[in-house]
Amino acid sequence: MMKFIKKFYLVIIFIFLYAPMVTLIVFSFNNTKSRAKWGGFTFKWYAGLFNDSSIIQALINTLTIALLSSLIATLIGTIAALAMNNMKKLSKNILMGVTNIPMLNAEIVTGISLMLLFIFFKYRFGYVTILLAHITFNIPYVILSVAPRLKTLNPNIYEAALDLGANPLKAFFKVVFPDIMPGILSGFLMCFTMSIDDFIITHFTKGAGVDTLSTKIYAQVKKGIDPKMYALSTLIFVTVLVLLILVNYTPNKEKQRRLKGEKAK
Amino acid sequence: MGNKLITLENISKSYGSNTVLDELNLYINENEFLTLLGPSGCGKTTTLRIIGGFETPDTGKVIFDGKDITSLAPNKRQVNTVFQKYALFTHMTIAENIAFGLKIKKKSKAYIDDKIKYALKLVNLEDFANRMPDSLSGGQQQRIAIARAIVNEPKVLLLDEPLGALDLKLRQDMQYELIRLKNELGITFIYVTHDQEEALTMSDTIVVMNQGYIQQIGTPENIYNEPENAFVADFIGDSNIISGTMIHDELVEILNVKWACVDKGFGINKPVDVVIRPEDVELVKEDEGTIKGIVTNIIFKGVHYEMEVMANGFEWLVHSTSLFPVGTKVGIRVDPFNIQIMNKPESEDEEAIGVEE
Amino acid sequence: MKNKYIKFLSAPYIIWALIFIIVPLLMVFYYGFTDKSGAFTISNITAIATHEHSKALWLALYLSLISTAICILLAYPLAMILSHIGENAGANKDKYMVFIFILPMWMNFLLRTIAWQTLLENDGVINSFLNLLHLPALRIINTPAAIVFGMVYNFLPFMVLPLVNALNKIDINVINAARDLGANSVQTFLRIILPLSLPGLISGITMVFIPSLTTFIVSDLLGGSKILLIGNVIEQEFTQYSNWNLGSGLSIVLMIFIIVSIVLSTIFDKDMEGTAI
Repeated sequence: MMKFIKKFYLVIIFIFLYAPMVTLIVFSFNNTKSRAKWGGFTFKWYAGLFNDSSIIQALINTLTIALLSSLIATLIGTIAALAMNNMKKLSKNILMGVTNIPMLNAEIVTGISLMLLFIFFKYRFGYVTILLAHITFNIPYVILSVAPRLKTLNPNIYEAALDLGANPLKAFFKVVFPDIMPGILSGFLMCFTMSIDDFIITHFTKGAGVDTLSTKIYAQVKKGIDPKMYALSTLIFVTVLVLLILVNYTPNKEKQRRLKGEKAK
Repeated sequence: MGNKLITLENISKSYGSNTVLDELNLYINENEFLTLLGPSGCGKTTTLRIIGGFETPDTGKVIFDGKDITSLAPNKRQVNTVFQKYALFTHMTIAENIAFGLKIKKKSKAYIDDKIKYALKLVNLEDFANRMPDSLSGGQQQRIAIARAIVNEPKVLLLDEPLGALDLKLRQDMQYELIRLKNELGITFIYVTHDQEEALTMSDTIVVMNQGYIQQIGTPENIYNEPENAFVADFIGDSNIISGTMIHDELVEILNVKWACVDKGFGINKPVDVVIRPEDVELVKEDEGTIKGIVTNIIFKGVHYEMEVMANGFEWLVHSTSLFPVGTKVGIRVDPFNIQIMNKPESEDEEAIGVEE
Repeated sequence: MKNKYIKFLSAPYIIWALIFIIVPLLMVFYYGFTDKSGAFTISNITAIATHEHSKALWLALYLSLISTAICILLAYPLAMILSHIGENAGANKDKYMVFIFILPMWMNFLLRTIAWQTLLENDGVINSFLNLLHLPALRIINTPAAIVFGMVYNFLPFMVLPLVNALNKIDINVINAARDLGANSVQTFLRIILPLSLPGLISGITMVFIPSLTTFIVSDLLGGSKILLIGNVIEQEFTQYSNWNLGSGLSIVLMIFIIVSIVLSTIFDKDMEGTAI
């Protein structure tokens, strides 16, 4: 009985979370522009998608900004986490506090503060300002995902590597780096996801003529969303879903094999 | 010892395809110190959790004081548990921890205060009432966990590897402490451990388990001196387990040599397992022994030397207070009374529960 | 890893943080305390007292408190099921977490909210369904209720995640011990599980409350642009009226509320690092 209630509750929550996704997927096959009426099944939005250069441009902007900002943030963040691990408590805490500001502060405040910075220094709004803003809000995700790994890292393994004759750089890349790699990787993926999904900060730091998918959608809200956007979102969503299933399915199989292997021993 | 207090009838439990307990039958007497002993994964903790009410068996019944409590919730049972790693409530003081069960039962404040004092005195931690659990050492936390359980005056106290997280010296002290507590409280203790020394020191009755089956039930002396099979012999203390043939009553052949023994009733020319404890192996002059061997290894162990002696293709483990240097040719003799004969496992099922290293 | 030069590797990040975190915040204060000519003034701050602004602020506070409360009520049972306390489906739980947090983020957050617009409409899918069951129709689109709905939808995961993390830190035997000592499920929850998961709850509250309080999108899309929250007011000052001074001043007021809620939460929760994402 209890099990049934638990399952039922999970299902309700999942319906709540995924109802909009299903709705959007349905829209992407709807033969009218109106969201209220079903005008028959069509693939035309998908077909039209690849001829719409402004949407393609926005997609390219979104992806390149996400990729570049995640890469740069991962590099800066990982190095910073390493350095912070070797700092005195006070300076470490101060830097950690600063790192928490973009995490805890309202996105709108982060957005306008960066906007004011660019205004003050008369920096031209455009692709670069969006990129800088994204790097800024991404770095904390990397630090917060690498730092705990470093904290639990056994300091002896680095010393053991030195003891066995590795030089410090080699010791780092051979033993420390593999250990914190999962943290770096999950930090990177988090950055990428956050960057793709961001609207608010991009909204305040973008310049005229440069759009990401988010800002393009926002611009269409008043006059009606171009159904090609639904098609594009559906494609992205399905791609990620498939990737997630693949990633989640494969290591599980391996784990099972390992378990069986252990039993066989 | 008193009447049967708890009876487990045909208890089976599996998780998915993994059978943890198979048709287990066991009874526990009033005022008994019973220990469930076995390697990890033998089902001892699951048995305890079934008695505590944290697991429901797939089949079978738990009878407590004549009543079927198989599906009774843990909060309605007259048993209390001392958990692995203590499981103290870290957000409460020691006094609040101890008072927890009594407050739930809505006892008066005076009664609760009295009980806290009594329990802290019992575990020798009188001054700790207002401390937080995190500020106590492992041994102290352990005693608080016991105090928290016993203030509820359970008929049975379940202890799940309670000393597992303590260091050796503390563990030995706590063993005496537990025996003292048991005698003062006069209640039943059911104790789970994988440490054979703990089991031998404290228990009235030991239940040796392996892979979901009970291997042997008996007093500590009984289990140590007369193991019923190779698993028990191997698990309880060090031993030499050698394949042999029972020629006839009171005569067994091992390593191609005939030895006098005292066991009867195994039949004629029957394959058997023979157990000889290392302290029962006597090393004598080469010609005076039943068989000849050569010392291959020595380790000083404090109270005795542990030696390995190669004789007729078998490496004998020997404990002795006199030293025979490596390379010494020696004779091996064993008192017939110290040769323990056991049946070989017969079915494949029993084979599966045999010795595992 | 003790090497006294390693700490200097933090230089790039320190410089970055100075330029893109500290200086921009100072900018907000600079603009907030000056007028268009650059002279010092507090009128941008006191502007919060005008009827229009204070109404937007109180409404935002009110709605975000409600949505935070709803998130707590929805998230606790969910977190209990998904943490190790709910004993079924051990290995699958991480996957559930991915499907609750990561996957939805890949469908653009504006589009997701727009989808709710359609679903909640007076003759939308949900009402057709309710109609079919002869239940009364929901008339919530373009009302504050729809905004609360959108807030809960968008920020619920941020309540679940820290709660699950906090619940996973509780030794399952501590809960068993409470049961063993006679506590029923309700007593066990109130006396053991709730106090021990409080740090997670607190950080969940800040992670839901702050974005709800400051949102302008949810109110824009589901409130029918007639209902203004403080986020909408600030956004308009910046993007429509280019009144950066007033916008900054109101942001400072907003930040005071954010700081108060963070300070309140750190008083309860000394282990911030552990339960953040």
